[in-house]
Amino acid sequence: MTHIATSPRFKDNARAALADPELQNALKFVEVNFIARRREVADRLPEFDALRDSARDIKNHTLAHLDLYLEAYEAKVTAAGGHVHYAETADDAKRIVLDLCRKFAARTVTKGKSMVGEEIGINDYLEANGIVPVETDLGEYIIQLRHELPSHIIAPAVHLTKAQIEADFRRAHRDLPADRNLTEPTTLLAEARAVLREKFLAADVGITGANFLVAETGTSIIVTNEGNGDLTQTLPKAHIVLASIEKLVPTLEDVSQMLRVLARSATGQEMSVYTTLSTGPRRAEDPDGPGEYHVVILDNGRSSMLGGDFGDMLRCIRCGACMNHCPVYHAVGGHAYGWVYPGPMGAVLTPSLIGVDQAGHLPNASTFCGRCEEICPVRIPLPRMMRSWREREFERHLSPATARAGLGLWAFFARRPRLYGLATSLAMRLLALAGRRKGRFQWLPFASGWTRHRDFPAPTGATFQARWHARKDAR
Amino acid sequence: MADPAKRVGLFVTCLVDLIRPSVGFAAVTLLEKAGCTVAVPRQTCCGQPAFNSGDRASARAIAEQVIEAFAPYDYVVAPSGSCAGMLKIHYPELFHGDPNWRPRADAFAAKTFELTAFLVDVLGVSRVDVTLEASATYHDACSGLRELGVRVQPRRLLGSVRGLVLKEMRDADVCCGFGGTFCVKYPDISNAIVGKKAANVAATGADLLIAGDLGCLMNMAGKLQREGKTVEVRHVAEVLAGMMTEPAIGAPTHGEEPTPS
Repeated sequence: MTHIATSPRFKDNARAALADPELQNALKFVEVNFIARRREVADRLPEFDALRDSARDIKNHTLAHLDLYLEAYEAKVTAAGGHVHYAETADDAKRIVLDLCRKFAARTVTKGKSMVGEEIGINDYLEANGIVPVETDLGEYIIQLRHELPSHIIAPAVHLTKAQIEADFRRAHRDLPADRNLTEPTTLLAEARAVLREKFLAADVGITGANFLVAETGTSIIVTNEGNGDLTQTLPKAHIVLASIEKLVPTLEDVSQMLRVLARSATGQEMSVYTTLSTGPRRAEDPDGPGEYHVVILDNGRSSMLGGDFGDMLRCIRCGACMNHCPVYHAVGGHAYGWVYPGPMGAVLTPSLIGVDQAGHLPNASTFCGRCEEICPVRIPLPRMMRSWREREFERHLSPATARAGLGLWAFFARRPRLYGLATSLAMRLLALAGRRKGRFQWLPFASGWTRHRDFPAPTGATFQARWHARKDAR
Repeated sequence: MADPAKRVGLFVTCLVDLIRPSVGFAAVTLLEKAGCTVAVPRQTCCGQPAFNSGDRASARAIAEQVIEAFAPYDYVVAPSGSCAGMLKIHYPELFHGDPNWRPRADAFAAKTFELTAFLVDVLGVSRVDVTLEASATYHDACSGLRELGVRVQPRRLLGSVRGLVLKEMRDADVCCGFGGTFCVKYPDISNAIVGKKAANVAATGADLLIAGDLGCLMNMAGKLQREGKTVEVRHVAEVLAGMMTEPAIGAPTHGEEPTPS
């Protein structure tokens, strides 16, 4: 594993997040802006839902024939003068990247935003081996300064307020005048630009992720809004693409469909500002570009998801819409999930990647409100897969013993309607008597989780079934 | 002679059965007024707590019991989108690949409906003969909304209540944080979510909060009351049936004011 997962401490993480006023303030942006923007562009496009079906079908088709498309893709990359490296594990991927960096005697490596990079922990690894990685996406740059994981897959620093970022910049950029104005987003951006410009020029190797790999042409594609990815990959001697196996799509035509749902779902844009296609290294007639082009394709457990209960998760195009629409994410933010991928997609993917024994809370911490599935551009049945994880946990006796005992007792009665009728009828009469005056309880034994935060309405007397059958008997 | 009456088996839901029987009687009234005969076979729960806790075996056993119990009826109607969603959407999933039970689950699913959807979509009810001088806001409970498409039906029927003014709250379609066992497994997160919901409800200034799922209603009522908000909370069936004699959810019996806490 790479980053130490704090997912087993999800409850503590969540409590801390709920008590963090700056985080709560920052999270409002997700809940309000992202949702409204997506709604607006989706409503403007009559064929949006048809495009989502198409996007799902393209991904399903690709995954069903992934071996063929991977082979075709590799052949095209090679024909264009590039190199494909397969990495079965995170460690394999890191070693391949390090070897390439050493080959180019790299001291500084610029990085475009890459969730696979976060997944394998490439920055820490390069640093430990004497190479300086510099994140060039503004959000990633900020969290790199803070030694944090991204809290959102497309907006890594969305958990931070402007004031926090200003403080980070003042701490990190000590050679700049102390009295400079950093109160506006534009001044923060200008400062980051100036600092990063030098890094772009100094870098020996540029690493980017990939939103798509195109089998038809051997092209890798990134979509960005800052243009940092382009400078990252064109200026240095070599461009390394970090991608996972499910990024494959068959053709450019397919990509053009996927792009129509991606930015709309992610940021509510019709298209991202930059869509950059890279095919092989610089050719003789090209004015610029990297001398070498390498693609590291990571498996890290994904191939074992193919065709199984969690295979649909491999359709994910990392738009972040599921977390943008998740009431649990809105409440606790991304870091509470404790590893690289937060929100509903993380609740399904993280147990696949680091084990459900580590990440068992994540698929449980959902109300199953279904909003994530409702808006997913590739129609991943996220609640259903979270439930599948719960089933695995139940089978492996990983769920808490008290919860299992309670469930077992309840199920015993629920499967015996007559006994259930007798027991509940008696219990409800007693509870109704106890709660009659106020109509509700402010504290109840065995229900402190409920009554800590809200009252519990008292039952109003005999059960419905007792009353119904008594009424019928009286007739 | 007119069409024989539709025979409806009422799936009363465990929460209505235990906590608030008046909702069950209101549902019976609405169904009978619409020309159905209503029966209540002996029942416990739809099995959702087991299903959502990963205990598929218990969920299946309960599902078999429910399907058997409701076999004699033309329709199964539940005053809950969540339970109706379990019966209609998830029972067939539970028996995936089972040649004996899957067809039975499919047939059961086809005749199962959430109460307001049944009234409007199946029975063609477009109005109720009820007067209530009040303002109300309606919360879309998640399962009914997203699994069963229940959105316009309750609003259409509520819109026909004389004197009732509907005020839409912000984010009416966002989860209240109940989530079944979620609210006790992750109480702090649930509290944060229902806190936002309570604020949105209160911001409408409505006299009444209405929804179609008792679990969500208990959660929202409990939070509103803990915060000292005075909005009354009721199930949509009680309002539509004009059966408002029972104190609102979590409210004291008439004449007994709660002591301040």
